[in-house]
Amino acid sequence: MKKILTALALGASAVFASGAADAATLDQVKQKGFLQCGVSTGLPGFSNPDSKGEWTGLDVDLCRAVAAAIFDDPSKVRFSPLTAKDRFTALQSGEVDILSRNSTWTLSRDATQGLNFTATNYYDGQGFLVRKSLGVKSAMELNGASVCTQSGTTTELNVADFFRSNNLQYEVVAFQGQEETLKAYESGRCEVFTSDQSQLYALRLKLADKDEHVILPELISKEPLATAVRQGDDQWFDIVKWVHYGMLNAEEAGITSQNVKDMLNSPNPDIKRMLGAEGNFGEQIGLTKDWLARIVTKVGNYGEAFDRSVGKGSPLQIERGKNALWSKGGLQYGPPIR
Amino acid sequence: MAITHDGPAPAARPQSTSSIWNDARFRGNVAQIVVVAVVALLLGAMIWNAQENLSNQRIASGFGFLNQTAGFGLNQTLIPYNESSSYGRALLVAILNTLLVAVVGIVFATILGFLVGVGRLSKNWMVRKVCTVYVEVTRNLPLLFHILFWYLAVLAAMPAARNSYSIFGEVFINNRGVYIPRIVFGEGSHVGFIAFAIAVVCVIVLNKWATARREKTGQQFPVFWTSVALLVGLPFVGFALVGFPLTLETPVLKGFNFVGGSRLLPEFAALVVALSIYTGGFIAEIVRAGIKAVSHGQSEAAASLGLKPNLSTRLVVIPQAMRVMIPPLTSQYLNLTKNSSLAAFIGYPELVQVFAGTTLNQTGQAIEIIAITMGCYLVISLVTSLFMNWYNRRVALIER
Repeated sequence: MKKILTALALGASAVFASGAADAATLDQVKQKGFLQCGVSTGLPGFSNPDSKGEWTGLDVDLCRAVAAAIFDDPSKVRFSPLTAKDRFTALQSGEVDILSRNSTWTLSRDATQGLNFTATNYYDGQGFLVRKSLGVKSAMELNGASVCTQSGTTTELNVADFFRSNNLQYEVVAFQGQEETLKAYESGRCEVFTSDQSQLYALRLKLADKDEHVILPELISKEPLATAVRQGDDQWFDIVKWVHYGMLNAEEAGITSQNVKDMLNSPNPDIKRMLGAEGNFGEQIGLTKDWLARIVTKVGNYGEAFDRSVGKGSPLQIERGKNALWSKGGLQYGPPIR
Repeated sequence: MAITHDGPAPAARPQSTSSIWNDARFRGNVAQIVVVAVVALLLGAMIWNAQENLSNQRIASGFGFLNQTAGFGLNQTLIPYNESSSYGRALLVAILNTLLVAVVGIVFATILGFLVGVGRLSKNWMVRKVCTVYVEVTRNLPLLFHILFWYLAVLAAMPAARNSYSIFGEVFINNRGVYIPRIVFGEGSHVGFIAFAIAVVCVIVLNKWATARREKTGQQFPVFWTSVALLVGLPFVGFALVGFPLTLETPVLKGFNFVGGSRLLPEFAALVVALSIYTGGFIAEIVRAGIKAVSHGQSEAAASLGLKPNLSTRLVVIPQAMRVMIPPLTSQYLNLTKNSSLAAFIGYPELVQVFAGTTLNQTGQAIEIIAITMGCYLVISLVTSLFMNWYNRRVALIER
C-alpha cells in the first residue's frame, strides 16, 4: 500500500505545504548533504543493488554524477526504489530530488504531471519476450496471446495499440510490480512478457531457464528513457540536463576516468573549457568550475558508464546501437560547452 | 452530539440578572456552531490551498480526465469496454469487477462459514476436529499469503492450454483459467424465460400460503421440494413448447488459447477462493458463538413441543442465533469487500488495480483519483451496512 501512502503524502503536501516548487532544489540538496534519487525497485543494468547492497547501473550513475558535481563525492546519494506506479507521485511530492528510473518521455507526462524531462539517458523501444518452444518468429504471429505487463506504464498502452492496429486478439494481464509480472510469465500465465527491450534482456537473466526464452525482433514503440525533475526550478533542471550532456561531451572528447588527470594539461581549448581550466562554465549553472572533471574522475564519461552497466563489460551485453554518440551513428548528442 | 435535557426547560427560571452564558443549552449551541464553522473553514482552506499548489506545480487537476480515452486493455469486463473507452468507463468496469468478487466471495464465505461453524458443534469427533483445524489455520495466516498461495502455487501446477485437463471434452482447466461451455439462447427462448418468471412468482405465493397454513393449523407442507420442481419443471415445459432453441457453445483450442464458451479468469478464481476461505474461518466462529448464545433450554422446549431436531434447529435455534450473528457478520462482509483490493498483487482488474493504479499513473492526478477510490469503497461499504442493519432489525427479537 506504499502507493496509497505516497499519494496521501502528495495530497498532504499539496494541501498543507505552501508551494514546494518555489524552493531551490540545489540549496536544499546542499543543506541536506545528500541527493535523494528515485530509481527502480531492481532492474539489472539500470538500477540494481549489487551483492554488497550498493546501487549500480546506468540510471544510478547519472545520480552519482550529479552528486559528484555538487559534493565531489559520488557516494552522497540516497536511493528510493519506486515502482512504476509510485514514481511520478514521489517526484511531485518532493520525496525525491531527481527521478532516474527508466521512465519514458511522453508529451502528456511532460505537460500534466508537474515534471520536466531533462535528457534521454537511454534510447529504447518496446519488445516481446516469448518461450522458444512456442515457435513464434514474429510479433505478428501472436494472435490470441495472453500478455503479461506492468501496470501504469507506457508499455501497457503500446501493447493495446499494437494489437488493436494489427487486428490481433489479445488478453492483457497487468501486475503492480516487475517481480510479480515476471513470476506470472514464468508460471505460464502468459505467452508473452512485454516491456522495454533493454529490460527484457536484463530480466531474462533472472529466469531460471534463461536460454529457453527469446526476444522477438520487432520494436513496437519509441521509448526514450529520460531523467525527470520537478517543474518550476530551472536551475536544477539545467544542472541535471548538463550533467548528462557533460558526460557525452567528455566521451566525445576522449576524456575518461583513466586519463582525466593528464587531460587537465591538454592544450585543446574544448577540453580546457570542459575541465574548468578556462572559463567558468560550471559556475554558470550553479556548480563549480571543475564540475565535469569531478564527474569524469569519480563516475566516468557516458561511454564508460554504458559499458560498465549494460554494454560489453556487463552480463547484458547490449550493443551501443542508437545510444552511440552522434559522431558514431547514434542519437546521443551533447550540445557544446561554451 | 448535543446533550439534551429531559428536565424542565431552563427558561423556567425568571432571574434576568444571570448572564445568557449561564444557560447550558445556549452555550452548547454556540460551541457546536463554532466547531462546524472551524471545520468548514479548514476544509475550504485545504481545498483552496491544494488547487493553488497544484497549479503552481503545473500538475493537472479537476475531473475532466474521466472523459479522456483510457487506451489500455482490461481482461475482464462485465460491460462493453475497449481501448478507446474513457477513464470513466474503466472506473465503472473496475467497480463492477470489485462488486463481482465481493458478492461471490460473500456468498461462498457465508456458506463455508455456516457449514464449518455448525461442524465445530457437531457430536462427531472427526467433523469437530477437522473444522477446528480449518478455523485455526485460515484465521492465523495473513490474507495476502492466502491469495498468493492460491494464485502462484495452484496456477503453477496447472497445465498449459495445449495439455488442459478436460472434463468430458466440454470443460477445460489450464493455467489460463476454467473454460466452460456457454448456452446460447436461440429464437423463441423468451417462452422459457417467461415460464421461469412464472415459476418464481408461484414459489413466492406458495411460500406465503404454506407459512399462513402452518401458523393456522400447524400442518407442514414440503415447500422446498415443490419449489425446486416448479423452478426446474416450468422452464423445461416452456422450452419444450418452442422445441428447445438452445445450443451449447463448447470452448475450442485455437492458436494459443481456447476460444468460445465462458471463461473464469485464474486471478478471479484465486481471489474468490482465498477471500472465501479466509473470511469463512471468521464467519465460522461467529456462527458458533451465535448458536452457543441460544440457551439450551430453547431446544429442550422445542423438543418437548414435539419438534424434530433439525426442525428445532431451523425454526427455534437459528432465528435466535441470527440476532447475535448479524452485527459481527456485517463487519466480515465489509472486510471481505475491502480486502478484495489486495488483488492488485495478482493482477485482477479491480478498483485499486485499474483506477488507483493504472489510471493514476497515466493521468498523474493523485488527489482526485484517491478521493474517487475512497468514495467508491465508502459507498459500497455504507450500502452493505445499511442493508445488513435493515436485516438486523428484521430478525431482532420482538419483545412483547
